[in-house]
Amino acid sequence: MLDAYVPILIFILVAIGFAIALLWFAWAVSPSKFNRVKLEPYECGIEPLTDARDRYSIRYYLVAMLFVIFDIETVFLYPWAVIMDELLLFGLVEMMVFLGILIVGYAYAWRKGALEWA
Amino acid sequence: MTIAFYTLAAFILALGVLVVSTKNTVHAVLFLVANFLCVAMLYVLLQAEFLAVIQVLVYAGGIVVLYLFVVMLVNLKRGPETHVDPRRRDRMGLLIGGAVLAEFVAILLYGFAPRATGAAPAAAAPGVGNVEQVGWSLYVDYLVPFEVASILLLVAMIGAIVLAKKEP
Amino acid sequence: MDLVYIAHIGVILFTFFMLLNSAAVLVLMERKVAAFLQQRLGPNRTGPWGTLQPVADILKLLFKEELRPLAADRWLFALAPILSVTAAFSAFAVVPWGGTTTLFGLLPEPVPLRVADVNVGILVLFAITSMGIYGIVLAGWSSNSKYSLLGGLRSSAQMISYELSYGLALGAVLLLGNSLSLTDIVNQQSGYWFGVIPRWFIFIQPLGFVIYMIAGIAETNRAPFDFPEAEQELVAGYHTEYSSFRFALFFLAEYVNMVTVSAVATTLFLGGWHGPFLPEWLGWLWWLAKLFALLFFYIWMRWTLPRYRYDQLMHFGWKVLLPVAVINLLLTAAAVLYWG
Repeated sequence: MLDAYVPILIFILVAIGFAIALLWFAWAVSPSKFNRVKLEPYECGIEPLTDARDRYSIRYYLVAMLFVIFDIETVFLYPWAVIMDELLLFGLVEMMVFLGILIVGYAYAWRKGALEWA
Repeated sequence: MTIAFYTLAAFILALGVLVVSTKNTVHAVLFLVANFLCVAMLYVLLQAEFLAVIQVLVYAGGIVVLYLFVVMLVNLKRGPETHVDPRRRDRMGLLIGGAVLAEFVAILLYGFAPRATGAAPAAAAPGVGNVEQVGWSLYVDYLVPFEVASILLLVAMIGAIVLAKKEP
Repeated sequence: MDLVYIAHIGVILFTFFMLLNSAAVLVLMERKVAAFLQQRLGPNRTGPWGTLQPVADILKLLFKEELRPLAADRWLFALAPILSVTAAFSAFAVVPWGGTTTLFGLLPEPVPLRVADVNVGILVLFAITSMGIYGIVLAGWSSNSKYSLLGGLRSSAQMISYELSYGLALGAVLLLGNSLSLTDIVNQQSGYWFGVIPRWFIFIQPLGFVIYMIAGIAETNRAPFDFPEAEQELVAGYHTEYSSFRFALFFLAEYVNMVTVSAVATTLFLGGWHGPFLPEWLGWLWWLAKLFALLFFYIWMRWTLPRYRYDQLMHFGWKVLLPVAVINLLLTAAAVLYWG
């Protein structure tokens, strides 16, 4: 069983090696002339006044939080989907209950406007 | 096999130390991702492939993204709050450190304690995949905890919304 | 060394090489298709019919100066493109692109045409895809430029929002296939219904296919969901500050991701390398034909549809696609219960 994963590891290593080799090659052949103005962050030609890393909208946090919850839900679905043909009606009902409870949360999020962006 | 285990274990430990010792929080979060990926490889070594994939999918791909958002969300360039008593932090640290130490000692004692060697954990029946096994125990043997988990998720969802959403 | 072993390694390297080539072909294809859709000629000076254009592009990028803003985070800035490319390539590792071959009897036993076949193939794919977000969000953060940061954040929020529907569409296929191995799923789609209709899952899972493709297009940040780039508002999004080959790697990752999404759609819904008229050992021709049909669709979409607004994107992802995907999954389960 372990053998099946070795090719994946090789493939990942080839990809990393390829990326690093290309970057190294590009670094070796490309010109480099230092110029302070050139190395400023792009801001349509105006000098940046503030650091870019500032506080931003909390919505991103909320989206990530909801994502984690639904991601876990999705993960629970996979083993169920694989053995659904043996669990039969029992499987369908238990998953309906599981999803039903989560749908309450989804409806709550919808009502509270957590799914809105604007 | 053993060599692979110890190499991975060393990586996991080293990355764990880096997570807590790195000053830059975004770097620390990245070390955490690398740490989780190594743990996933450890699971593959233990033939728990479903668990390995879930480790990557949920922890490295979901929860750490949330960490990253939070770390990037708060402005970390400000120093620590001055009105907090620094000794209070030390006391909390001692308390938590002590608790973790006690836990480690307990694990060690439990691990080395002489015990009647029961039946070895049932080896996977040939032809029955890892995922099917997880499925059977999750949806048949541990049905109630599975349904309770959804209530836990519901609570987490409502909590997040209450925290993040201001009432108009 | 044993011949079969060498053949396996050969297949791995060949897959990598062809994936790389397919990205180059896709760049040319995109420019040509775009040109014809707009009644232009497109690149036609470099080589016959502009076929050497990708080579020229690569050489140009190679000799450009590499810039890194002084305020950037040095290590993460270098790491981000490598992460992007690695995630893009490795996701392809579990996709089978043909049956087996003995290379006309040269090999003692048939060698399967894929990098790896693991029991939890679909989940491995899903897990590696979910890693792709780091390249983008780190590129945005490490550049320390406002456009980059906004592009990276928007992009990551978009990717995680659509990843859910993507995962649920995969789940519906699992219900039909009862397996997580992509090779198994392809093999279940061989043969015909009533002797004429191929047993492809798209015919019993049309909604799943549509959900998968929409989520896939959003995952790869392509039009009409190309917010991270949104050149009119964010200049170039997360790679505003990138130049030379670091930029090229992001570009490469985007195209490889397109190939992977199309390849997985081919595998899960269109019967993989199975198809009528061709003998089994030429199955990869069918696979390629389906793949490029989907890639053409991708490019066609880009040059036909305008970009959504960001709030529309989130609205669509969370309030339309997600519920539809859940309903599709439950209906599929009920159908499996009734007919299976």
